[in-house]
Amino acid sequence: MEQAIPPAAHGAEHEATTTGLNHRKLLMWAFLGSDCLFFAALIASYLVYKGRSVVGPFPQDVFDIPVTSVSTFVLLISSMSMVLAYSALTRGSLKVFRIWILSTALMGMTFLAFQVFEFRTFATHKIEVECAGLEVQELTAIEQKVAEGCAAGVEKVVEQHGLTPKTNLFGSTFFTLTGFHGAHVTIGVIWLLSLFLYSFRRGGVTPERHLDVDLAALYWHFVDVVWIVIFTVVYLFGVFEGFQ
Amino acid sequence: MSQEQETVVFQKPSDAVHTGHPTPMTYFTVAVVLAGITGIEVAVFYVNWLSYGIIPVLTILSVIKFALVGMYYMHLKYDARLFSTFFVCGVALATAVVFALITLFSFFV
Repeated sequence: MEQAIPPAAHGAEHEATTTGLNHRKLLMWAFLGSDCLFFAALIASYLVYKGRSVVGPFPQDVFDIPVTSVSTFVLLISSMSMVLAYSALTRGSLKVFRIWILSTALMGMTFLAFQVFEFRTFATHKIEVECAGLEVQELTAIEQKVAEGCAAGVEKVVEQHGLTPKTNLFGSTFFTLTGFHGAHVTIGVIWLLSLFLYSFRRGGVTPERHLDVDLAALYWHFVDVVWIVIFTVVYLFGVFEGFQ
Repeated sequence: MSQEQETVVFQKPSDAVHTGHPTPMTYFTVAVVLAGITGIEVAVFYVNWLSYGIIPVLTILSVIKFALVGMYYMHLKYDARLFSTFFVCGVALATAVVFALITLFSFFV
């Protein structure tokens, strides 16, 4: 007769299930696997419509790589603080757990603030062309169009060419993709703040119930890996001239 | 019902348990590497002479970052293989979807 394996001291390692694994965790991994397909559809839409916009602005007109690099850095570091929060909880240090999980949520909010700033900047994007010493071949397509306003006695032409989801194919696919990612981050921040507040309730967040935090951490890291792909494919490849 | 029939067979512990526990130092080291790779990505982006070489370089760096987060932060390196299977299958299917759509739109649209 075969013997049942008793649960391990840390809880979730040996589960009384046919797989020996916790079904909640398995469900989370199944969800993350399926969410990959959701983002794949959005990334594919962005790529297949890349370079097919009839009017500007185009990626090279609006993207600010240094700013996006900072927000990417913040999201990467938030993953470290999330895993440190989980590590502190499993070691039984609830105070340290609270510090790290609050730091993670704050970094998530910082990332969202960067995204709001970026969307706002894109929507109110202005193109300035200095008319003196104008060299048309060095200008982008949309700058050349603005430069048509240069006439005798005009020093500078400024026109607003904002990017919104309705502007062109680039705007539609870009805002849909990054907007859905931002929605995922928002859900993650709410989840983390809920865990932080719940940890003040007696027995709410305990080392024995670490799986609750583990699932939130998996979701948060997933949001991070999706951004790793978006940063490279959408932003870096987006501005690279040979990839138009 | 006999006692024999009531027994549930569980998976072997070697297949289901954590096989190690990374320390906070490991997490910190991974974060430093991730930040370093992001810095390299941005630096590579401004190197003009790489031309089309930028595409494989950035792709490889991105894959390394993805793998590091998956293996260490999401604990796939230490956790049960079934979790990795679920996630890797999702990523593989997602990648296939992206390439299939790009191919379809390149030749038929």
